[in-house]
Amino acid sequence: MSAFTGTGALARLIVRRDRVLLPIWMLLLGILPLSLASGTAQLFKTDAERQGYIDDLGGSPLLLLFYGTKPSDPSLGALIFWRSATGIVILALIGVLFVIRHTRAEEEAGRRELIGAGVVGRHAPVAAALVTMTGASLIVGALVALGMISQDTPASGAAAMGIAWASAGILFGAIGAITAQLSEGAGAARGIGIAILGASFGVRGAGDVAGGLSWLSWVSPLGWIYQVHAYAGDHWWVFGLIAVATAAFALLSLRLSARRDVGAGLLPPSLGPASAAASLSGPLALAWRLHRGSLYGWLCGLGIVGGLLFGGVAKASADLLADNEQLKEILERIGGASGASDVFLAGTLGFGAIAVAAYGISAALRMRTEEAALRSEALLATGVSRLRWAASHLVFAFLGPTAVMLVTGLTAGLFYGASTGEVGREVGREVPRVMAGALVQLPAIWVLAALTVAMFGLMPGRAAAIGWAALSVCVVLGQIGAVLRLSQPLLDVSPFTHIPHVPGGPVTAAPLLTLTALTVLLVVAGLAGFRRRSVPVT
Amino acid sequence: MENSIEVTGLIKRFGQTTALDGLDLTVTQGEVHGFLGPNGAGKTTTIRILLGLQRADGGTVRLLGGDPWRDAVELHRRLAYVPGDVTLWPSLSGGEVIDLLGRLRGGVNRARRDELLQRFDLDPRKKGRAYSKGNRQKVGLIAALASDVELLLLDEPTSGLDPLMEEVFRQVIAEETEQRGRTVLLSSHILSEVEALCDRVSIIRLGRTVETGTLTQLRHLTRTSISAELSSSPNGLADLAGVHDLQVHDHTVRLQVDSAQLDTVLRQLTSHGVRSLVSQPPTLEELFLRHYETEPSK
Repeated sequence: MSAFTGTGALARLIVRRDRVLLPIWMLLLGILPLSLASGTAQLFKTDAERQGYIDDLGGSPLLLLFYGTKPSDPSLGALIFWRSATGIVILALIGVLFVIRHTRAEEEAGRRELIGAGVVGRHAPVAAALVTMTGASLIVGALVALGMISQDTPASGAAAMGIAWASAGILFGAIGAITAQLSEGAGAARGIGIAILGASFGVRGAGDVAGGLSWLSWVSPLGWIYQVHAYAGDHWWVFGLIAVATAAFALLSLRLSARRDVGAGLLPPSLGPASAAASLSGPLALAWRLHRGSLYGWLCGLGIVGGLLFGGVAKASADLLADNEQLKEILERIGGASGASDVFLAGTLGFGAIAVAAYGISAALRMRTEEAALRSEALLATGVSRLRWAASHLVFAFLGPTAVMLVTGLTAGLFYGASTGEVGREVGREVPRVMAGALVQLPAIWVLAALTVAMFGLMPGRAAAIGWAALSVCVVLGQIGAVLRLSQPLLDVSPFTHIPHVPGGPVTAAPLLTLTALTVLLVVAGLAGFRRRSVPVT
Repeated sequence: MENSIEVTGLIKRFGQTTALDGLDLTVTQGEVHGFLGPNGAGKTTTIRILLGLQRADGGTVRLLGGDPWRDAVELHRRLAYVPGDVTLWPSLSGGEVIDLLGRLRGGVNRARRDELLQRFDLDPRKKGRAYSKGNRQKVGLIAALASDVELLLLDEPTSGLDPLMEEVFRQVIAEETEQRGRTVLLSSHILSEVEALCDRVSIIRLGRTVETGTLTQLRHLTRTSISAELSSSPNGLADLAGVHDLQVHDHTVRLQVDSAQLDTVLRQLTSHGVRSLVSQPPTLEELFLRHYETEPSK
């Protein structure tokens, strides 16, 4: 029996377990460059137009931070490779999370032990996760390449781009496999993995923005992917570097995995306090412990980074619009005849609001997780009433998204104001306008969280399915509803359709009040149902 | 004496399934009451109804003089519950969970908590995810036992504990009732544990109470095994009421007899001249197996 015996069977098990999730993200990421390319090809037809677009975007250090250095070639392919760099980061993130999900998380759940007692080699679990991630990344890469070829871009550039994308998933999958060996808990492994990705992103970004530090871009593993420069030189030799590094990381993870005990980590497990702090004395204090991680994550991820991006890019995109009548016309049709940067801000804040709604739903569903894991039972058997317990989670399901939108609006307003020139005057004027744009989204976000709460009380077994389905409907209606020319009554199903376009458009109170009233109604219905029903429903 | 728990004719349905079908249970104040039944008999459902987590579809339920559904929160301050499978928050340490649950019940007895930690040999600094099944169970037990409450509802609380800890558990429960006068409802599968701890026992099956009483009373309801060597071949034994599984080989007799008929059967045996006699009272296992075995006709 070799150390790899059973790898194939375990890889099939992974595919079987992720049979829904895996195709979804492969497809979404795979078609991302295609959709970007077809849109861009219509708007910027000539090399000169694209060069103007690249120069406009490239004038903002913030965009260089996100997309990397400007392409040296104004072809459509080079522009799309540059503009779709976010997809590379997302694929790298999935690589880290996917491999940890199928190695350390399995081990923590105790299932790895069951597998390990079978005819399974020592290396098989890690190898199976890496093999599946590699396969999935290659499929994404192939979809990317095929999509780009369908847009009449050169095949060699499309191949370089496809392989570059796939490399991101494979390389960071191997890094995820290393972090999975470090800690006993999957949560800590994810944290370390995401921190490595974040550091890679930051180091590469610093190298690309600061002229004299361009060598930094070569220190970051993520930077290597950018250095492929597909369609703008196709630096094939970079793949050699990536392949060597990936192989080294994979081998290291296998060596580390084979040397340690099943269930153990290389880092000693951290211990907690022997007694609870005096503050940990009620359901709200417990809910804070359970929710604070994701709240911090959303505040940083969307509130600060997202707000920075939204606010920082608004000016640049407004400048672009001044040069492009067609695009201006399209945007004004969607968003009203207000200033171009207002349209951009309202649109991106609306997009951010959809993401925040996902946070609200997941925070509301925390009640369901706690119930299904039988942890709510222990609390409800003490002197805590059902309403008090539910309220402790609802604080985070409703005030959490509120805080995130508040910070997003504040950050976006500050950076937009700062980018418009006269800092002192503009910041004071723009911050309230942009914050209003962020805050008007709240009633729509709350409605989705409230629907989830209602389902938790009335149909607990379906709460998660219905909550996420409602969000998906909103995404579809909001993102492609107008393009598909769906009828207004259908578009009206999404609460986001009713949100005024702010900044720029008029604020009408009626829809906001209606949505807030609906929120209250749904929450009351959910809580009434929860008070009357059996606990736990598993 | 007042009863801590009074349940009569309790009915609970889940869709088409009837989980509890007229269950009766009376736990008097200060006793340790064994609650026994095969898997799926309805023990956990009964306890969840007693906790007001699930609502009864029929029958009456009184807990500490109140209605467990309506007065849930007030009653919960006077009781502590340990589920059969304690689940912990992965990021909280065992000590934090013990303190939190204790505070939510109205306070933790610090000295008692520290003493229990020592006796159960539990490291309170470990995070929830790092505990084994047995250690999670200890966290739940210590959280319940360190609270000053009148009633303990324990649902198979020792699952996963090693024999050493099982012994500590028995000592602690014995102290709870003797020194603190607490009432305990102990659902269990471990018969030696029930035998060692319980004053009275209720056996349930298919959602109904089939026996209730002290262990001595229950034993009377069952059969005694007898094997005897006689001076002459016996006759007439087969015709006696209450005799089962009779085997006769020359002068040797083996039989089972209902406890109520023991006297008659012994008279019959002695009339044949008894040379040797071995009589075994029913073991607890036999007692339970009789009730646990599913009747084929059902």
